[in-house]
Amino acid sequence: MNTLKQNILKASNTVLRFLFFIVIVRPLVKIVIGLRYHSPINLPKNGKAIVVANHNSHLDTMVLISMMPLRLLSKIQPVAAADYFTKNRWVKWFALKIIGILPIVRNKMDGKSDNPIELCKEALEHGKILIFFPEGSRGEPEKMSELKYGITKLAKECPEVSIYPVYLHGLGKVMPKGDAVLVPFFCDIAFSEPMSFQQYQADFFEVLKASFEQMHDSIKYPDWGYE
Amino acid sequence: MIFDFATMLPVFKVFFALVVFLSLATVTCFFINKRKAVTADGGSMKNELQLRINSWWVMIGVFGLSLLFGPITTIYLFAILSFVALKEYFSMTPTRKADRQVLFWAYLIIPLQYYWVAIGWYGMFIIFIPIYAFLFMPFRMVLAGETKNYLKAASNIHWGLMLTVFTLSHLAFLVVLPLQGAEVELTNGLRVSSEGAALLLYLVVLTQLNDVSQFISGKLFGHTPITPTVSPNKTRGGLIGGLIFTGLLGALLANSLTPMVWWQGMLVGFGISLAGFIGDISMSAIKRDAGIKDTGQLLPGHGGILDRLDSLTFTAPLFFHLMHYYFY
Repeated sequence: MNTLKQNILKASNTVLRFLFFIVIVRPLVKIVIGLRYHSPINLPKNGKAIVVANHNSHLDTMVLISMMPLRLLSKIQPVAAADYFTKNRWVKWFALKIIGILPIVRNKMDGKSDNPIELCKEALEHGKILIFFPEGSRGEPEKMSELKYGITKLAKECPEVSIYPVYLHGLGKVMPKGDAVLVPFFCDIAFSEPMSFQQYQADFFEVLKASFEQMHDSIKYPDWGYE
Repeated sequence: MIFDFATMLPVFKVFFALVVFLSLATVTCFFINKRKAVTADGGSMKNELQLRINSWWVMIGVFGLSLLFGPITTIYLFAILSFVALKEYFSMTPTRKADRQVLFWAYLIIPLQYYWVAIGWYGMFIIFIPIYAFLFMPFRMVLAGETKNYLKAASNIHWGLMLTVFTLSHLAFLVVLPLQGAEVELTNGLRVSSEGAALLLYLVVLTQLNDVSQFISGKLFGHTPITPTVSPNKTRGGLIGGLIFTGLLGALLANSLTPMVWWQGMLVGFGISLAGFIGDISMSAIKRDAGIKDTGQLLPGHGGILDRLDSLTFTAPLFFHLMHYYFY
């Protein structure tokens, strides 16, 4: 009986997840916001991959997920801070079941909580597509903060996994940190060639940083303009 | 469809001509590509032309269907175009973070403005953005409290509303213009006059073909740029070619689509040609100021919506007020 109940719950969450992305997220991203592409699209076509993006807004995850085909939806797991997204029951349910985050505990390498890198590695072993924001938090809108080293550690652990760098611009204007009002702006998106740790070894972090700089420079539209 | 088929006939005829014209362009483009593929690299140029023509098909299709389905559909179409245009405008010009909520209000102006159009309330339609939005937006900005760059930001927002909502809503009002005072309920499914659809078609066809003819005659006879610092491609030859072509086309279509006689149509054609030219270079100046080439990517081969509607933002109010003053 119990397993039946669990299965029904699981199935209904899956249905809700699909509905959420088809009915709400996709129209929001494609019609209300609208994307401008600054390079050919380069995103994973199958599991066991990492999408690495800069982080300005909660919408970053939505845009990235809605750009990948629906058949991959069940494999996509945005890596997110457990403390932020498991604050209360409803947020927790929404983050885990609808967005499908992989919760990791920040700044705790005490051995009690699971090592974040291990968690990511395990998910990749299961054929997941991780969305990883190497800057950590969303930070100041539209200002790229220093990339943190975590992504290199993860890449080192899984040297053969393809990593897809993506640069997003403008979503921090649409919905910045701490603001719930959504104001439509066209947003810009640029991609780089996928890379892996195997390919660059010790230079990996530098190459990744360089590709982000190059993507950043390819976008000519203003941030706010008047500060 | 709430139009009478018989009264829609002139509109159908013009659309038929457009489809023939575009089919010819498609076939020509196809053969040019084929030839280029044999000789060597046609490169991006041929793709650009192909993309442009494909986008024209989409635009003609959407516009034609909206006219066919009646005034309310046309009003919805232009409301959506205004939304996209305003979004393009705010996405390429400088704004302030403090004005995020103000910009949100600016978007809310769109449904209101088009509501006035839908109920045919001319008095409100004509002053809503120039007066009420002009008074309200600064009020909301002051509440936000940021004074740095206040005037620049306020001007920019109002310019955007005028350019993308106020002027474009004139296109929608053309559809209901002939019904003014005729006591026709637009929404209750009565068969309504197709005069408005014909007027709108006249303006759009003249403006867009003026762009095309200016471009072509500029390529053929253009030497002296008129505004070298704004848009070096706009030449005296192009302007004159556009004037002649649009004047003739205006005269040719005047009788079947508008209440004008041929010489009035020719004068209006000249006016549309000039206004379209000014709208075009005005948008070029905005883009140059912002340091970008296109306003967006929605219309492959053309750029953004504003790249296509730039001339209409200037021709629409001009044509609308000529019609309103002399005929309706």
